[in-house]
Amino acid sequence: MAVETTAAPTAPVRPKTPATASAPAPAPWASRAAVNTVLAIVALYTLMPLSWLLVNATKNNGDLFGRPGFRLGAFSLFANIADLFAYQDGLFGRWLLNSLLYSVAGALASTLVSLLAGYAFAVYGFPGREKVYGLVLLGILVPPTVIALPMYLLASEAGLVNTYWAVLIPGLVNPFGVYLARVFAEAYLPAETLEAARMDGAGELRVFRSVALPMLSPAFVTIFLFTFTGSWNNFFLPLVMLNDSSLYPVGLGLYGWNAVLPQEPQLYALVVTGSLLSVVPLAVAFLTLQRHWRSGLTAGAVK
Amino acid sequence: MATATPRPGRRRHTAAPVLFLAPFLLLFSATLLAPIGYALWMSLFREQAASGLGFGGTKTLFVGAGNYLRALDDPGFRRGFAHIALYCAVYIPVMVGGALALALLLDSALARAKRFFQLAYFLPHAVPGLIAAIIWGFLYTPGLSPVLDLLSAFGADWDVLGADGAVFAMANAATWQWIGYNMVIFYAALQAVPRETLEAAVVDGAGQLRTAVSVKLPMIRSSVVLTTLFTAVGAIQLFNEPEVLRSRSAAISPDWSPVMFIYQAAFTRHDYGLAAAASLLLAVLGAALSFVITRLGNRWKEA
Repeated sequence: MAVETTAAPTAPVRPKTPATASAPAPAPWASRAAVNTVLAIVALYTLMPLSWLLVNATKNNGDLFGRPGFRLGAFSLFANIADLFAYQDGLFGRWLLNSLLYSVAGALASTLVSLLAGYAFAVYGFPGREKVYGLVLLGILVPPTVIALPMYLLASEAGLVNTYWAVLIPGLVNPFGVYLARVFAEAYLPAETLEAARMDGAGELRVFRSVALPMLSPAFVTIFLFTFTGSWNNFFLPLVMLNDSSLYPVGLGLYGWNAVLPQEPQLYALVVTGSLLSVVPLAVAFLTLQRHWRSGLTAGAVK
Repeated sequence: MATATPRPGRRRHTAAPVLFLAPFLLLFSATLLAPIGYALWMSLFREQAASGLGFGGTKTLFVGAGNYLRALDDPGFRRGFAHIALYCAVYIPVMVGGALALALLLDSALARAKRFFQLAYFLPHAVPGLIAAIIWGFLYTPGLSPVLDLLSAFGADWDVLGADGAVFAMANAATWQWIGYNMVIFYAALQAVPRETLEAAVVDGAGQLRTAVSVKLPMIRSSVVLTTLFTAVGAIQLFNEPEVLRSRSAAISPDWSPVMFIYQAAFTRHDYGLAAAASLLLAVLGAALSFVITRLGNRWKEA
């Protein structure tokens, strides 16, 4: 599979503009209306659950069931948030911080590891390069749930179960990140530039740090975002590795609360508000860094 | 890496790739290769009580293919495969087909407000899968859900989480989360279709629909095949949705999907040999699916 490196993160490729004069006749208004109606209905579908969450996070427990759906109740968003952070000595705040640690620190380290590897695959010729790279690509397809049990047992041998490390270390390995890093490095690093730096007497590490890394900063952001989402969304690994609820990421914690809702319905407002708060960091990352998402998706898809 | 330790100094060209690849490959071996090897090893043994009464600890017996046969013979594990087969049959065509249809509609000259629609469709992907399942769990709860209440007002009481509905409930939650993500991949691929090709189609008198189906679709088939592949490999690992919805539905057993079965075997029954064998069987299914989809994809390309 040849990889088309047309994915330009800074300037998305738009080889055709929709508004070209070549359309022979304006489309009939009926098909125009039909297409846009379909698009609007799907948008209602995708936006409805999040709007429901937003509206219902403002209701207290009584209004959640007493005034269901999109009917507003007494505005209690701030009371809900205060309750949420006070419940069980502020466990929820702890979960958010844990998630940030797992996702931000984990993704930063993981991105660096991926970039180093992708850069090596792109820049150096060495025996067995494509074989090793093929093995890494196969790693993308290994179901993470399949290796969770043996990983748990290995971690337990190493005394790492139920520690931050048990979630952080496996999160450092991201074969898809290596793939993206190689694609980006091949597209953005002209061999002449690297050679010029070497001629100036820079060592290989210095070439990477001072020449390649700055040129790869769009790749860094893209890979970071993918890794960040991946670890923010990761549920199975923490579920397997962690017992101590003070080490939980926010998703695992909410899962526990959600599971006991039938027995403890007073937690409803907390789970609804907690779900909303746990979505916010990712939603912000998405909206502010859309450009980088797109370039990563393009590089990953256009093969 | 088996290569000799890098020598400092002049031989930096052989040393550098080893140095750059070392962190990734070390972690890759520790968290991917070693667990797979360990799972293979574990799957060949069975822990048994040393005496029939459970005195004297346990002893480990070599059972060869015994665990694999036990897994294949287990009615729970088999039901799990029946469940995910149905789930895949519903989810993959709806999600991939839907994402493709949306991308083609958005790429047509008929669509308006393209940026808004793209954002609206992509936004659910910012919601972690677990939280998405929790939100949909609320939306499947009569008395909380605006949709169910609306249906109920028209006299249609629908037990979404009943035995017949549960698969659709899960497929809907997953479709909601992934349709926009894959739409963006397809849309990006469509943007890379050369403008001349489309103009030629228009000159030949092809309408919007004809252009979309006969010209655009074949040109992005690599993306379609790759997306189907990743979707299928993800779908057979179904865990989050049933695990979360389980607390609201009597129809979802603790071993409803194969991964849930593995989780139960490992962490409830502590039958590691069975869990490892079941994991590997699932991995083999994933590999087989990847192979079949790639083959079908190649045939489509040659057609």
